[in-house]
Amino acid sequence: MTMAVTKLRVEDKLYHNRYLVDPGRPHIKVRPHEKPSPNLLALTRVCPAKCYELNDAGQVEITPDGCMECGTCRILCEASGEIEWNYPRGGFGVLFKFG
Amino acid sequence: MIEEEFDAIVIGAGMSGNAAAYTMASHGLKVLQLERGEYPGSKNVQGAIMYANMLEKIIPDFRDDAPLERHLVEQRLWVMDDTSHTGIHHRSDHFNEAKPNRYTIIRAQFDKWFSRKVREAGATVLCETTVTELVRDGRDRVIGVRTDRSGGIIGADVVVLAEGVCGLLGTRAGLRSMPKPETVALAVKEMHFLPEEVIEQRFGLNGDEGCVIEAVGTISHGMAGLGFLYTNKESISLGVGCLVSDFAAAMESPYALLDAFKNHPSIRPLIAGSEVKEYAAHLIPEGGYKAIPQLFGDGWVVVGDAAQLNNAIHREGSNLAMTSGRIAAEAIVQLKRRSHPMTKRNLSLYKIMLDNSFVVKDLRKYKDMPALLHTNSCNFFTTYPQLLSKAAQNFLRVDGTPKIDKEKATTAAFVKARSRWGLVSDAVRLACAWR
Repeated sequence: MTMAVTKLRVEDKLYHNRYLVDPGRPHIKVRPHEKPSPNLLALTRVCPAKCYELNDAGQVEITPDGCMECGTCRILCEASGEIEWNYPRGGFGVLFKFG
Repeated sequence: MIEEEFDAIVIGAGMSGNAAAYTMASHGLKVLQLERGEYPGSKNVQGAIMYANMLEKIIPDFRDDAPLERHLVEQRLWVMDDTSHTGIHHRSDHFNEAKPNRYTIIRAQFDKWFSRKVREAGATVLCETTVTELVRDGRDRVIGVRTDRSGGIIGADVVVLAEGVCGLLGTRAGLRSMPKPETVALAVKEMHFLPEEVIEQRFGLNGDEGCVIEAVGTISHGMAGLGFLYTNKESISLGVGCLVSDFAAAMESPYALLDAFKNHPSIRPLIAGSEVKEYAAHLIPEGGYKAIPQLFGDGWVVVGDAAQLNNAIHREGSNLAMTSGRIAAEAIVQLKRRSHPMTKRNLSLYKIMLDNSFVVKDLRKYKDMPALLHTNSCNFFTTYPQLLSKAAQNFLRVDGTPKIDKEKATTAAFVKARSRWGLVSDAVRLACAWR
């Protein structure tokens, strides 16, 4: 229940933002895994846009549509190869009105 | 294969990139600036406070047309527990001067203005263009870039990496290592809109006067972190930030922390009735002097957040970014005038000049502060704030207890929480790191 409430709150926040989503070209991918490492698991809580979520099999999945391109997940999980991280193509992704 | 050749390519249109591009272009260099956002500023996030002195050194008459929000006349530093704040406030009419020292700004608007100045100075600015690769020759010299616009190489004598804190290109090219979770903070922020006069009433401001609150304490749940509230003309920027390593270890959610900060009894009335129009997240370099990477090489220099140049103690970042961008550009202009090639050896001039500036001098002064505040952060961010709140309550509450007993109780609370040795050791370590 608390998870659902938290999720709702983040979506309410992201709703204010402007994005240009590049369909079919996610700029972040999670490498297939059996069991997530502590850092990868932490992203389900730490990602400020809540892009990372656990599926029923206990694996971490990403939907980067609400991504604010902060790079936190890259700092935590790129070196270990658990995620593949790139910037969106030019012009795509989050477009801050105020920043 | 090389499509076009420039004197310099600047990657990124933030503070450091704009400072570098403007300085080089206004000295007659042929400059290309590449920005991946739809417009300059669309990917940039800052609190934001802008320090006039460092911009004056680049654009002396910026006050004529730069989009500035409020000049700051009051600073509030708060130590908070869950129900209180204890603060030091400084407000002075001396800050109401002809050329004020500090302003709040809104980055997306400010960066558009700065970018217009860059174009007016003669640089070519290309937006919606993500640089995908630094191109090097057989001798490992950087000779240009490749972008997602076309397959060809855009050549340049020197590439200025002003790519921001993540530094994707430079780290991938092996020019420096990736920032570590314990040397970067994740900050989240909301823009709260309120009528101008409401902001002025709530903070006791006249006209364009502004007020800033920065707070540490239980709001960061024991993590090394900071909360902030900056007054803009008709909005309030409000946010919290903590070290990424602390967030990961504690499995804390930044938006939950932000909502708790907003609901704190000391903050809630200040933003009551506001309309939120944006939610942003960004990383902030926190490693200080010891995290500064290699700053130059054959055909490249790195500036701003990408070079981890941020003074976490004074919460100064964009002025270090602007200054490093300007200094790198001045070094490049000097080399160009003498027709010296952009080799690693020649570009070391940038580091020599930067070492002599306030940028590196300030970071060196606080070189031990990150280690101090980032280890056992719970003491500085939870224990002491709670003790301070209790001490203030004890001091102010009049209940018939003799003052001598009250003082003894406060002293006993400090000793119980940290032990005599712990108190002395914290004080000595803090004093040493501060010097």
